[in-house]
Amino acid sequence: MYIIVVGAGKVGWNLARELLEKNHEVTLIESNRRRYLTVEQELEHNVTYGDASELWVLERAGIQRADMVIAVTGDDEDNMLICQVAREKYEVERIIARVNNPRNKSHFDLLGIKPSVSATDLILRLLEHEVPEYGLVHLLDLQEEQLEIIEMLLGKDSGVTGRRVGDLEMPEGSLLISVLRSGKGFVPGPDTVLEEGDEVLAVLDPGHEEQLKTLFGPAGNGDGPDDG
Amino acid sequence: MFVLIVGCGRVGSSLARAMLSQGHEVSCLDEDPESHARLEVGLDGGWEDLGGQFTVGAGLETEALEAAGIERADAFIASTDGDNTNIVIAQIAQRRYEVPTVIARILDPLRAEWYERQGMHTVCPTRVAIDMLESAVLQGSTRETPGPSGDPAEAA
Repeated sequence: MYIIVVGAGKVGWNLARELLEKNHEVTLIESNRRRYLTVEQELEHNVTYGDASELWVLERAGIQRADMVIAVTGDDEDNMLICQVAREKYEVERIIARVNNPRNKSHFDLLGIKPSVSATDLILRLLEHEVPEYGLVHLLDLQEEQLEIIEMLLGKDSGVTGRRVGDLEMPEGSLLISVLRSGKGFVPGPDTVLEEGDEVLAVLDPGHEEQLKTLFGPAGNGDGPDDG
Repeated sequence: MFVLIVGCGRVGSSLARAMLSQGHEVSCLDEDPESHARLEVGLDGGWEDLGGQFTVGAGLETEALEAAGIERADAFIASTDGDNTNIVIAQIAQRRYEVPTVIARILDPLRAEWYERQGMHTVCPTRVAIDMLESAVLQGSTRETPGPSGDPAEAA
């Protein structure tokens, strides 16, 4: 397959390398001159310099004969439009776009850019696949600050559903910072009652993961309500 | 008419003043709070005092667009300094908010042309400049150098 990858950041560079190892023909396009020169030392003629938002850059990379275009730059507008042009102007059969800011996901959908993948999505999907319930996902490690942010999905027999946030025995050094419910996020107050299907984000000192997992896990495992 | 202008640079702000002075309702959205000052250049009073609206936010943020009044806009102008942003937000205005008149400023002539063919109303300042320069050159006078046959008339 001939695959054009746009954006030679960590994602694009590694992707291009993997695809080349799998014997695909790959052109990686990078618009930052310095980054291009770095990557070029390894990938040589498989990387090209230019702004893939511009049609002639795509054409020079041979988009007319591409089987697939993958846009993984750090800029959501670029990724959207590169894929839109690839599909609608050059009739590339398969496109994949990276979503950097999950809040832009609806714009990708509006323009019909599918599939689009965000790291958040991938982690969630992985979570659902690997750990169907009560999984705990590291979203962010702030190593210097000695903090991490984790996400948990509340299953139907989680010990905390139906309980007020203010009544939870949160371990010291941990804090519930956000609840995602039916696609919307909000900051919970003491009176927020948790529901099945909620995704909760917590910030914590490293080392409290297990306590949180127990607390938010199945009733009986943790400090669930007596009738749970 | 209610006009929403996203991107309040030299073009956006001048257009905003012109529309306001013609009696239209004008709302501007820009990421940079400082660009409010640009709106008031040459005005006798404050932008808001004269009836204008100004919102700080990015054109890609749904909340910002709605705060700026996109849901009741008759016209939407995408005039940020980024082609990509303009093309994306113009499509959002068209498809999600169904704004009747949507115009995007696109500097890249190739893409302006293609999106125009896809049904987007585009304005390409680069194209305008190219055409003007071309006709200015062609209308200019030439040196009176003799042509191959030695006749000066041939050179023109």
